[in-house]
Amino acid sequence: MALDVLIVDDSAAIRKILRRVLIQAEVPLGDVYEAGDGIEALECLKNNTVGLIFSDINMPNMDGIQMLREIKANDLWKSIPVVMISTEGSQAKVMEAVSLGANGYVRKPFTADQIKEKLAGIIE
Amino acid sequence: MTSSTISIHEMQELLIQAVKKSTANVFSTMLGLDVEAGIAITNSGSQGPTDGVVSLIGLTGPWMGTGSISCSPQIACKISSALLLTEFGAVDEEVLDAIGEITNMVIGNVKTMLEEKVGSMGLSIPTIIFGRNFLTKCGGSSGWTVVPFQFDSEKLLVQVCLIQNDAGKQGTVGRLHRSGTDHE
Repeated sequence: MALDVLIVDDSAAIRKILRRVLIQAEVPLGDVYEAGDGIEALECLKNNTVGLIFSDINMPNMDGIQMLREIKANDLWKSIPVVMISTEGSQAKVMEAVSLGANGYVRKPFTADQIKEKLAGIIE
Repeated sequence: MTSSTISIHEMQELLIQAVKKSTANVFSTMLGLDVEAGIAITNSGSQGPTDGVVSLIGLTGPWMGTGSISCSPQIACKISSALLLTEFGAVDEEVLDAIGEITNMVIGNVKTMLEEKVGSMGLSIPTIIFGRNFLTKCGGSSGWTVVPFQFDSEKLLVQVCLIQNDAGKQGTVGRLHRSGTDHE
């Protein structure tokens, strides 16, 4: 079954790379939505149904941590798996994201195999 | 070793090793390219290149300053082409975005390595500049730790300038004379 995915990153380059990596990782992609920050991501979620979210942490306007808070506080969205992808590799950031309900954490740079491995326990 | 005990020279060595490791890892993983580090130096003045692309990203925490990647427009296009699998013949918004993201990854991973020694640090969003006849200088300090990487026949420079975020305890990383400060 095709999976609709939302990719949230202020870098268009990373959004493009993630699309490519998801295909390489053999994720059965449906619609792929893109957002440049947390605010755009929440707007996207209001208008679309997605089955998986990839999000950066460091972003302007609304960062990934605040966006994660908003998603997990919303009854309609809280069950959507969220994987954080960031250069923020410190244990404190990882713990914060996990404590807020992130389902996975991948540090940049990443490979298709790492993404595939991370998704193995999240999507069926 | 904590931030309060780390010396300027220890930080400088830490920076050089972290930059070499992080740059090689990012280029290998994201671009499929092997890059070889040259001899690192400490530059006490303002930095070029006078023409090209410079990407700057701020670091905060127990040590604060700036990380930077600079290269020619041609190298910026080659890096972006390898990253995005699209041919770029001239610097445009996509190229600047790609160089910013490479900077974010390289300096972000340097930051992660530094955090093991000095504690939690923060990273800003990158700013990328493309132009001619300009110089860059890290405010409040005079020195950059510079690691050159050979890329085709040209050099790509990865630079970091840090000062301890506690005036008076330590000095500026890189505030050393150029002579005698080359590093293997």
